[in-house]
Amino acid sequence: MSKFLTASIGRKFIMGVSGLFLVVFIAVHLTVNILLIFDDSGELFNQAAHFMGTNPVVKIMEPLLGIGFLVHILWSFFLEYQNWKARPVKYDRKSSGVSSTWTSRNMLVLGALVLVFLIVHVLQFFWVIKFNPESMNSVIIGGEEMEDTYSLVAGLFRSSVAYDLFYIVGGILLGFHLSHGFWSGFQTLGLSNKHWISRLQVLGKIFSVIVAIGFSIIPLYFLIKF
Amino acid sequence: MSILNSKIPEGPLAEKWSRHKAGIKVVSPANKRKLDIIVVGTGLGGASAAASLAELGYNVKAFCYQDSPRRAHSIAAQGGINAAKNYQNDNDSVFRLFYDTIKGGDYRSREANVYRLAEVSPNIIDQCVAQGVPFGREYGGLLANRSFGGVLVSRTFYARGQTGQQLLLGAYQAMNRQIDKGNVEMYSRHEMLDVVIVDGKARGIIARDLVTGEIKRFGAHAVVVATGGYGNVFFLSTNAMGSNGSAAWQCYKKGAFFANPCFVQIHPTCIPVHGDQQSKLTLMSESLRNDGRVWVPKKKEDAEKLRKGEIGPNDIAEDDRDFYLERRYPSYGNLVPRDVASRAAKERCDEGFGVNAEGKAVYLDFKYAIERLGKDVIKARYGNLFQMYEKITDVDPYKEPMMIYPAIHYSMGGSWVDYNLMTTVSGLYSIGEANFSDHGANRLGASALMQGLADGYFVLPYTIGDYLANEIMTPKADTNTPEFEEAEKAVTSRIEKLYNIKGSKPVDYFHKKLGQVMWDYVGMSRNEEGLKKAVQLIREIRDEFWKDVKVPGELDNLNPELEKAGRVADFFDIGELMALDALNRNESCGGHFREESVTEDGEAKRNDKSFTYVSSWEYKGEGQEPVLHKEDLVFENVELTQRSYK
Amino acid sequence: MADKILKKLNIKVWRQKNAADKGRFETYTIENISTGSSFLEMLDILNDKLIIDGQDPIAFDHDCREGICGTCSLYINGRPHGPDTEVTTCQLHMRKFNDGETITIEPWRAKAFPVIKDLVVDRTAFEKILRAGGFISVNTGGVPDANAIPVPYEDAEESMDAAACIGCGACVAACKNSSAMLFVSAKVSHLAKLPQGKVEAKKRARRMVAKMDELGFGGCTNTGACEVECPKSISITNIARLNREYLLARFSE
Repeated sequence: MSKFLTASIGRKFIMGVSGLFLVVFIAVHLTVNILLIFDDSGELFNQAAHFMGTNPVVKIMEPLLGIGFLVHILWSFFLEYQNWKARPVKYDRKSSGVSSTWTSRNMLVLGALVLVFLIVHVLQFFWVIKFNPESMNSVIIGGEEMEDTYSLVAGLFRSSVAYDLFYIVGGILLGFHLSHGFWSGFQTLGLSNKHWISRLQVLGKIFSVIVAIGFSIIPLYFLIKF
Repeated sequence: MSILNSKIPEGPLAEKWSRHKAGIKVVSPANKRKLDIIVVGTGLGGASAAASLAELGYNVKAFCYQDSPRRAHSIAAQGGINAAKNYQNDNDSVFRLFYDTIKGGDYRSREANVYRLAEVSPNIIDQCVAQGVPFGREYGGLLANRSFGGVLVSRTFYARGQTGQQLLLGAYQAMNRQIDKGNVEMYSRHEMLDVVIVDGKARGIIARDLVTGEIKRFGAHAVVVATGGYGNVFFLSTNAMGSNGSAAWQCYKKGAFFANPCFVQIHPTCIPVHGDQQSKLTLMSESLRNDGRVWVPKKKEDAEKLRKGEIGPNDIAEDDRDFYLERRYPSYGNLVPRDVASRAAKERCDEGFGVNAEGKAVYLDFKYAIERLGKDVIKARYGNLFQMYEKITDVDPYKEPMMIYPAIHYSMGGSWVDYNLMTTVSGLYSIGEANFSDHGANRLGASALMQGLADGYFVLPYTIGDYLANEIMTPKADTNTPEFEEAEKAVTSRIEKLYNIKGSKPVDYFHKKLGQVMWDYVGMSRNEEGLKKAVQLIREIRDEFWKDVKVPGELDNLNPELEKAGRVADFFDIGELMALDALNRNESCGGHFREESVTEDGEAKRNDKSFTYVSSWEYKGEGQEPVLHKEDLVFENVELTQRSYK
Repeated sequence: MADKILKKLNIKVWRQKNAADKGRFETYTIENISTGSSFLEMLDILNDKLIIDGQDPIAFDHDCREGICGTCSLYINGRPHGPDTEVTTCQLHMRKFNDGETITIEPWRAKAFPVIKDLVVDRTAFEKILRAGGFISVNTGGVPDANAIPVPYEDAEESMDAAACIGCGACVAACKNSSAMLFVSAKVSHLAKLPQGKVEAKKRARRMVAKMDELGFGGCTNTGACEVECPKSISITNIARLNREYLLARFSE
């Protein structure tokens, strides 16, 4: 294992696996969140949130997810530092835009911005739900009492345009990060060839657009509607 | 009786090589470990020899001037490699390949050597496939062949238009494996500057580390020179910029005779010289002549307008185009051999029908093939060549004809070697393009790769054993002997001499001047008067060079100008010997065309009665006339006929 | 099509006396260059001028000047092999530049490719990688007939696509991480795609990657710049194959 972790491809494997794992999480997360805009009563979303909060599978996955995030983030700084060291003297003039996208070259920048978003996001929602549920209202849906997560989210989005904008930008940044990260993850795991490379790239683009639009449409919805 | 002993084995042609192998000595594995071999040059010949010798157990030291052995100029060969596999069931055979090569060489090569070349050719393909050379294949998974250069069977194996590259990478990889195992010590960016002879035997070399400038001594039990040809005498050629004849020339000065120096090949389809800033000529594969038609305008006034750029080739009416190859050689047409096609192009341009600004180009037109086969077919066949042409000339050959002109491409001449590939110096071997042995006066297409690999994989590893078996008691070469001392001193003083001239003109100035003289008088068409003039002019330029060349930079640092200066200094001497050899050979054969020796209708005329021999020149010292030794060529298996392509 | 004359060009070029020297940029002007000249011919002319003026000419690597040996290696105006696609520097022509322009020329920059002098870098690292396994372990002689093992047409073609690599190092120069993954993957793919090379494919991938890492190249982040700048258009799908070969090799241990 130590050999594996010192090898460049082994190290990248960790990034790829953790990244694709987070992709799955994002897909689930978006599916749940999008319910916010389909039912203004909040019942649908609250039920889904309650399900996610109590489901044993999700409970098991939760710490794993945390580890996934940590590995993906910390590892990226380490790898970027390694890569940076591989060119001690930099170029005076670069025309990198001709051969690669800005996104692909700046995954760390995008990732770091997403991280800032993530920290705020976790503090505003996850932290409250997990460690301070007393501060939340509760509702009874279908005879079962549960936290009114909908109010927490909707309340924040209604409280200030700044929050809406912050979340819209966050969604878009995540989309850009994924527009390279999605197919790159597959490539790193060796799950690509001359036929699949373009398919994966297209899939990645579609996925990242869905994520960007999906996540930013929610605050936008509250911004416009309320 | 000549002092040259070619050591051709007795017996029928087809049995000579087997009999010889049965008779030569073999070194035991335990003794091979004690023997060192130096291989200079890492192209097809050098790399394959270094790998094979190391596999056998010898200690090999390999040298190349490039930063990596993979960059040797074998890499630029495009078309393919011949082998008598008869995979196409078209009645090919070892004898047929032998016969085509002898005939193509215009009967100026040794029967026994050429037969051996044809005999081992199938093994080369087997070897390369096992090494992972990705030859072109048919859909059934078996190897594909293409036909090439005027032979009647399809026996050329190819890897797209990069056959040389792939074969070289195969040999290079085999050598890398031996480097990894510690059996080959690789010295890149090292240039051999002299060979060291001790008691009449080659025992080492002096080389310059091109990065640090250090002059180093290397000892061995045998030295193999695989340094390619000397085509860069002409300044403009299809050779790499660094290709040079210096290693072979130092061997010559130390007693290795130089054979047939006047035999150089001029390739008909190169991108023409343009302007006066050009440094190098680019080859367009011969295969293009399969589908392209060569023409110039019929009317001189059209040619003049073309030269001035007033009209383009597509403005010339069909009836005003002169398809001169089809006109002169109706049976072979555009597919006449290289030498014939080259001379015909020169003849038209000399008459004032050349089509580029310099008046030195003819058209190679694909319009007719595109009309017949469609653009897609042409693209599939020649796409990469068309792309290369467009990058260089900015002209789209799908829309306008290519412009081509002949250029120096290959040297058939080289160090004289016997059947064992040993030069006239004991323990000094020469393989591949560096020797003279297999191509006579003209090389067939796709045969250079075959020869380099045949020598390196299958001939030298056997024949060198015959010599080394007698050297097993010889201790490792001591590089502190007076012979090494002296050789190093000579090298150092020559370098210092060049460096200290501190004249006013860069090396290229003299090289270009030499090239012009060579092209004008020792090029495609030669005559006595011109050759004499060439000798005189070369001597004048050489004198000027030694007085007025300016070598900048430092001696103990990377210094490309210094490297060039040394090579060009030798090119003067090589050029002079080429002219002397051409002067001596008053016949037209293969790539050597003497205007005094022509048929009634102006075609080349061989003189078998007087010139069926190898001219082998012996060095007699600075400023002395070299001495000619003749090795008579005996033909027991083929009948000498005049080539005709009418 | 017809060639024009570029009346004046400013050449900003990296000068470094030797590996120990710190190095700096110098700017030279050069006049009357034909657009039909190659980039290296322009440098030849500049060098002849420098020599006559008593200055040290600019050292740069070059040899075949027909785009196949892989020796030439300049980073021109921010791109390896300059502002054209599918060419090496030796095939780049001056028609790609404008009169009066300042052309910046730098050496390949990578820890694994130290500068020897001016624009000449040491690419021995590539040699070392190939020596660590970029071959098929067969000796001369004793091999089966060339047609004994059929190779599917597509496999041979894909192998050839990868084998077309000329080892110039443009991929490393183009990569923001100075990664050699395209180079290594091209060799691994070339051999892995053939039945002859399949036999030792795992060992090869393991050894070559270990050597690559040891020599200080960066890792791959799939930006794809290498493929675009590669004069032979070697595809990054080879990198996916290398990843796959390597991971399988590791997991099967």
